Amino acid sequence: MPLRSKHLLGLDGMSREDIQLILDTAVSFREVLERPIKKVPPLTGKTVANMFFENSTRTRLSFELAERRLSADVLGFQATGSSVSKGETLKDTARNIEAMKVDMVVMRHSAAGAPHYLAQVIDANVINAGDGGHEHPTQGLLDMYTIREKLGRLEGLHVCIVGDIAHSRVARSNIFGLRTMGARVSVCGPATMMPREIEKMGVEVHHHIDDVLPTVDVLNVLRIQLERDAGRLFPSIREYHNTYGITRQRLEKAGRTITILHPGPINRDVEISADVADGEHSVILQQVLNGVAVRMAVLYLLSTRN
Amino acid sequence: MQLLLKNGRLIDPLTRRDEEVDMHIVDGVISRITRGLTLPSAQVIDLKGKVFAPGLMDMHVHLREPGFEYKETILTGVTAAAAGGFTAVCCMPNTNPPIDDESVIRFIQARAKTALNGLVDVYPAGTVTKERKGEHLAPLAELAAAGAVAFTDDGDPVHDPEIMRRALEYAAMYGHPVIQHAQDIPMTRGGSMNEGYVSTLLGIPPMPPAAEEIVVARDILLAGYTGGEYHVAHLSTAGAAELVRQAQARGINVTCEVTPHHFTLTDEAVRSFDTNTKMNPPLRTRDDVEAMKRGLKDGTIAVIASDHAPHSFDEKQVEYQSAPFGIIGLETTVGLVLTELVATGVLTLSQMIEKLSSNPRRILHLPPINIAEGQKANLTIFDPALQWVVDPSSFRSMSRNTPFGGKTLTGKAIGVINNGEVFWA
Repeated sequence: MPLRSKHLLGLDGMSREDIQLILDTAVSFREVLERPIKKVPPLTGKTVANMFFENSTRTRLSFELAERRLSADVLGFQATGSSVSKGETLKDTARNIEAMKVDMVVMRHSAAGAPHYLAQVIDANVINAGDGGHEHPTQGLLDMYTIREKLGRLEGLHVCIVGDIAHSRVARSNIFGLRTMGARVSVCGPATMMPREIEKMGVEVHHHIDDVLPTVDVLNVLRIQLERDAGRLFPSIREYHNTYGITRQRLEKAGRTITILHPGPINRDVEISADVADGEHSVILQQVLNGVAVRMAVLYLLSTRN
Repeated sequence: MQLLLKNGRLIDPLTRRDEEVDMHIVDGVISRITRGLTLPSAQVIDLKGKVFAPGLMDMHVHLREPGFEYKETILTGVTAAAAGGFTAVCCMPNTNPPIDDESVIRFIQARAKTALNGLVDVYPAGTVTKERKGEHLAPLAELAAAGAVAFTDDGDPVHDPEIMRRALEYAAMYGHPVIQHAQDIPMTRGGSMNEGYVSTLLGIPPMPPAAEEIVVARDILLAGYTGGEYHVAHLSTAGAAELVRQAQARGINVTCEVTPHHFTLTDEAVRSFDTNTKMNPPLRTRDDVEAMKRGLKDGTIAVIASDHAPHSFDEKQVEYQSAPFGIIGLETTVGLVLTELVATGVLTLSQMIEKLSSNPRRILHLPPINIAEGQKANLTIFDPALQWVVDPSSFRSMSRNTPFGGKTLTGKAIGVINNGEVFWA
């Protein structure tokens, strides 16, 4: 059964069956990653361009690795030092890359909707690797994969996303995906970091982390943008850490086992304390490994759809 | 030139006339208005079922010349106006150079005089501040003497309350309104759409409705304090409409306009990421759309104006956050008003004509249009029943940036007569 869409632009509107298909397909690629020879042939002869218009290390490396593990030819593109700084439009840049007969484009962009626009102007499959504050669908998928791997299911679990929900594409993709898969989702953070009417997305809204922890199965702790937000969206790093920082003491008080996710890179002892990040319930490094498998699954499913 | 227009329905809100007439026009002057006229020497046009109205005015258009002639020129802009049923426009001063001295007004007037032989009356608005920077008052007396009918920094707000106060005081000496693009700057920095559920779904940096309302509320206080004439451009929120309603009830000299897109579309349209849904103020919510209709119906909102804002195809062919704000409207306004407001019973035809002709003229202190024998013919003819599909490629405007392409409308302007010139759309 193929994926319903030619592109992976977001998890908003993606069916339960499609999410299930990607997660199940990722299981076999996850197994490949444990082999001594980690390379398989499905994308042999296919060319994938990674267009990163915004700084990214881990997502770019993860995609690149996934592409190479599938035997694709990989083109890298970083916005800095490219034609973008010379004033070329996204459309022209993309069409030039497509003119080189690229089959798939993976794009990271600071503007919400940029991959949706790209999908309208080029023929290649488009995979959204993060568009502004909108979506980061492969992150949402790898988070779901990791939760399912650790706890055996998604349905009925209580997942709480903590931090700057308003500006987070990770939060949105998690909410869309987890709600579709039947999880209970809450968001927790200061009111200044809550987007308007978020409750209409089918999530519970909390401002006091200790109120919600006693019923939570999974915490997805978002990175705080220190430079950008301190003093504007919250008074200080110290106050944020005191009110929302996930610490061992706070988790112990909640009195239950809570699985800890973080999309990285982490600010140790700001949104999460070092001992929790490195603790036995943290799956942060599994997320990184699973990310490669999930991206392999997405690339594979989109390429075999054509 | 002799023209005999037969069987048209004359609707004139000023004289409360609403009757089927024949109109004989000789060299641009109304010679006879009566019934059953036959004149062998005149060109006869049967207008059965069509409406004669006093010439319509769009008091908020961007003609882009001088400075942005790749988006629109005065010629293409007034041709779009004529095709859309307008015999007058007020053009905004965010040109390059901006309309902040007499010479730019003279330039626009000269261009408008030759465009379609001066069919469309072009009334420039001058800036409030030099270079639209919001810091120093522009030479308002000089601009008024040259022909500016209003002052505005449109595109940007007059953000400094002290400058706004002085502008209201100074403009009032010359009997002209200050038109405000009401937008609080710090609250909207980086924003591309309305703040609400849809911006939450899309993660597009939002602009809260309060950012518009704060400025409207402040300016109402200043208008009340100074006695100046204050007009809110493209009002878009329910809260701002309520502020204007209350101020009018207190006798403060405040008026406002609404665009067709703000009474037709909501921020749901942004879900397409179509950059032709990006304008400033942004598309708001269903509640706001309903409030615009209530405000039009109860008279709080006196004017419908398009905020015709041409941009080239390539400028809009970018990711949403990078696209310029604005859509064109001159050629769709009449159709949208008839379809969305008149056919649905929000406005009568007479009220529609008030909001598109007599009210903007009154606010800008232009003489009323007198439809009578011996008077210059300044008329718009429209067919309230004509069904058509909006096809941007057929627009007379140089630009195509509209979210209404493909939409079926009922009602269309079919011709205008003004200054001795006739234009059939």
